[in-house]
Amino acid sequence: MRGGRWRGVILHAGLIGGAVLTLAPLIWMTAVSLMHPGEANTAKLNLWPEAPTLENYRHLFTRLNMARHFLNSAVVSCAATLLSVLVNSLAGYALAKLHFPGRDILFRRMTAAMVIPAQVGMLPLFLLLRQLGLVNTIGGVLVPYLASIFGIVLIRQYALSIPDDLLDAARMDGAGEFHIFRLVALPIMKPILVTMAAFTFLSAWNDFMWPLIVLSDEKLQTLPVALAKLAGEHVQDTELMMAGSVITILPPLIVFLLFQKVYVEGIVAGSVKE
Amino acid sequence: MSLETRRRRAAWLFLTPALGLLTLFFVLPVVAGLALSLTDFDLYVVASPRTMRFIWLKQFVDVLRDAQFWNALRNTLYFVIVGGPLSVGVSLGAALLLNSRLVKARGLFRTVYFAPVLTTLVSVAIVWRYLYHPGYGLLNSFLSVIGIPGVDWLGDPRWAMPAIILLAVWKNFGYNMLIFVAGLQAIPGQLYEAAAIDGATSVQTFRHVTLPGLAPTFFFVGVTTMIGFFQVFAEPYVMTQGGPVGSTRTLVLHMYEEGFRWWRMGEASALAVLLLLITLLGALVQIRLAGGRR
Repeated sequence: MRGGRWRGVILHAGLIGGAVLTLAPLIWMTAVSLMHPGEANTAKLNLWPEAPTLENYRHLFTRLNMARHFLNSAVVSCAATLLSVLVNSLAGYALAKLHFPGRDILFRRMTAAMVIPAQVGMLPLFLLLRQLGLVNTIGGVLVPYLASIFGIVLIRQYALSIPDDLLDAARMDGAGEFHIFRLVALPIMKPILVTMAAFTFLSAWNDFMWPLIVLSDEKLQTLPVALAKLAGEHVQDTELMMAGSVITILPPLIVFLLFQKVYVEGIVAGSVKE
Repeated sequence: MSLETRRRRAAWLFLTPALGLLTLFFVLPVVAGLALSLTDFDLYVVASPRTMRFIWLKQFVDVLRDAQFWNALRNTLYFVIVGGPLSVGVSLGAALLLNSRLVKARGLFRTVYFAPVLTTLVSVAIVWRYLYHPGYGLLNSFLSVIGIPGVDWLGDPRWAMPAIILLAVWKNFGYNMLIFVAGLQAIPGQLYEAAAIDGATSVQTFRHVTLPGLAPTFFFVGVTTMIGFFQVFAEPYVMTQGGPVGSTRTLVLHMYEEGFRWWRMGEASALAVLLLLITLLGALVQIRLAGGRR
């Protein structure tokens, strides 16, 4: 079929064109990060480093304390991931599988609260943490990531599919509710927990406004905050800034490639409303 | 103790950590934010909290009289009304391409299109700042190759917001694309077969089968994208600091500066409450539109 073949060619041309446009900024970033200082800022268009060098990366880690910021980001994101998976899986499971009065109202209130922009509570939260002595601490940055309505809803939707018979059978055997959660429900919920973990890690790693507000002490700043500050001070150092961007983008990209399948399924699951 | 009570008690135990954290770090701050928006909380109050007074709605009257607020609102609406639909449109386009039966290496394209979603906004904002450089930026270099004179993208008040919208579309379209692909796959194949038997053209099939089938997806994508786009902050913070001449100063950027740079927390809270009201209004409009279609 001639028509079919031409349509295939046009379709793939479109897809490849889109892919080139999508990747161009990221490829350019990587190429420039390997250039010698000053190489990118010339009137002639430089798309590829003449003699690739890791000098910019060395500069970031030796003179600009990037290892420190990297570590801060890693600690915040990993702690947020572990704690939020624990907190939200308990709550999501309870909302799906344990009967108690007021459950449906509670769930509806929670989903409705998702439209409230975080900014409404941001100023009082800052003042509260200031009272608690948590401003300029890693704990202070973590606080809003721990319980997430989105995460609870995501896990609840998934937990609804756990067969009640299975839970009741365990109850007949005299198992306590926490045991049932840990030994019966958690293994079934594993895919959604992995999704949730990847989600939390990525959003904590990439978040900017909240760490910007809470962490004024340079030593504690996360990568995005430190990078934004650096970008203001090193406007002319294109190559250096690109190396900083690469370092910041790499960990989430690796996390994604490792968990791609479950992550994508989670996004789709999160979009399915009852 | 009956099984019923035991289960009820377990439920509340399971919910306590999440509800406690949400109450302490979300619900209470939101309520306090509403209260704060009725006060004159500023730098002096930070120094001595006792001087704080409730001025009730005067804070809102002041904000609504402030030209800066209207400028920030205008910029934010520009970003939401132009950038939102554009982003959703690109997502739908990419999803339709990916969903075609003829596509080879679908997984590869999907990963590539999704990659920008994972990137850190601050990093890519910095990258795009250089792409937009009037002298040696990639964009102007390519434009000059095809004979179009370059633009000072981030330095020209007319082009700064479109430039930021372009970055936001690039960064975000992959997310909604995945949701659209799932929505497309949920449309029953029989509907397409019936359309083919009736001799419908591909445009007719798209209008009468695909679009109605995607209605719930459109609603979800529309509302979530709008909520996210209303909160635009890091892009102008990193790329333009709200300039040139305030053309990219958005509501959240304005709120951040008033609240955390000048410590006018009463005013900043009022701005956040207005953001909430505008978001709710936008959500209601979309609910109306979705209801009207059905």
